[in-house]
Amino acid sequence: MYPPRFNYESPKSLAEAISLLTAGGGEAKVLAGGQSLVPMLKLRFASPEMLVDINNIPGLNYVRRDADGSIHIGALCRHEDLEKSEVIAEHQPTIAAAAPLVADPIVRTRGTFVGSVCHADPQGDWSATMIALDGHIVAQGPNGKRNIPARDFVTGPFQNALAFDEIAIEAVIPAPKGDVHGGYLKLERRVGDFATAAVAVAVETSGGKVIRAGIALTGVGGRTINANVAADSLVGSALTIESIARAGELAAAAAEPRSDHRGSASYKRHIVSTFLTRILNNISESTVKAA
Amino acid sequence: MSSLYEEISAPPAAGVPVRRVTLNVNGQDRTVDVEPRLLLAHLLRQGLKLTGTHTGCDTSNCGACTVLFDGRPIKSCTMFAVQADGHEVQTVEGLATQSSLHPLQEGFKEEHGLQCGFCTPGMMMAAKALLESNPNPTEDEIRWAISGNLCRCTGYQNIVKAILWAAEKMRGSSN
Repeated sequence: MYPPRFNYESPKSLAEAISLLTAGGGEAKVLAGGQSLVPMLKLRFASPEMLVDINNIPGLNYVRRDADGSIHIGALCRHEDLEKSEVIAEHQPTIAAAAPLVADPIVRTRGTFVGSVCHADPQGDWSATMIALDGHIVAQGPNGKRNIPARDFVTGPFQNALAFDEIAIEAVIPAPKGDVHGGYLKLERRVGDFATAAVAVAVETSGGKVIRAGIALTGVGGRTINANVAADSLVGSALTIESIARAGELAAAAAEPRSDHRGSASYKRHIVSTFLTRILNNISESTVKAA
Repeated sequence: MSSLYEEISAPPAAGVPVRRVTLNVNGQDRTVDVEPRLLLAHLLRQGLKLTGTHTGCDTSNCGACTVLFDGRPIKSCTMFAVQADGHEVQTVEGLATQSSLHPLQEGFKEEHGLQCGFCTPGMMMAAKALLESNPNPTEDEIRWAISGNLCRCTGYQNIVKAILWAAEKMRGSSN
């Protein structure tokens, strides 16, 4: 299968890339890892006039933790880089749990975290982790940079809040205020399939109580679902059997699954509550052990 | 300089921009003119006649087209040839020397790691990347490493054995 014809540019700087996008007037598209974009081109779901390949722009491939505890993921950081990152393994359990579950090991060497968030696939893993972690995307355009909160970034299926002349240059996970806990569980029929359902959880605790919680759901709606009601129900008290069960019910209620070849809507709701309960139980056990 | 489009007798239409790229394939620099939409897998197979790299699903599912790009395994059907400019690509043709098979090739032979052989080049390149970073993998680690490569014949059992065989041989020869 051949993609439609396009013009190809490989700028060496962000400024050059942004001016190409500006000149493209909405008909130019950024190419990073290409693991979603290239199949979309081949299937003719997308036919941009120009691809702006950012792989040759130096300084975009990093994952680092700043002194304040915030984590920064550059636009060319591949899924595999996160899977192997010591910073992530040590400090960011939600991302550490999701990284080995994204696509398959070969796709992970090439696909990027930021590109996946931008692609805004309702079944993509990283949007859910970003929403659960209350992260933001740094977008750079002709007039400088702006931060777009993850919860506002995805505007619909395969739609994001970037202007046509902006590039998402970095994803930021804010500094935690308490002890960091989290997890990600995904059900897929086989490796590399899209999620039947998945749940991302990020919890911060202090003195045994939850001081912040984020929960987001993958694959159970027209876009990544922010289960903020379920998350808010956990804040202010310790995790208990009752509070965990209630959050599970609230998250299942927040899901908007459709019955399809991957399972019925009620099955997917059941998966959501089961996965959330499982992750929260693990967190509860680890906080008890630590105390 | 070989022109891909002369070789496949399908020059790009008038007005379609063509880029000249130089990439290193199995240790040899190759310079070709490519239309941007040409996939790396097609450059390898049709342009450079390296038909060991197979294209199976063409949708980045099956992994038959796996090659090493700067040492990392990638699906060459999901990357443009023009992106390989200035980079190193290793294909299955680069495994054997004139006189001997690569331990992975020997392992697939010894352990009967293939039946139809279609997935084999991708399996071997994925395995090569694994063994370079992890010379002594467990069976579980091997199964994870090849989970992006589909085989419809073997049930994977003998592929895993073949990679274990190769790992042992490669550890032995480096001692």
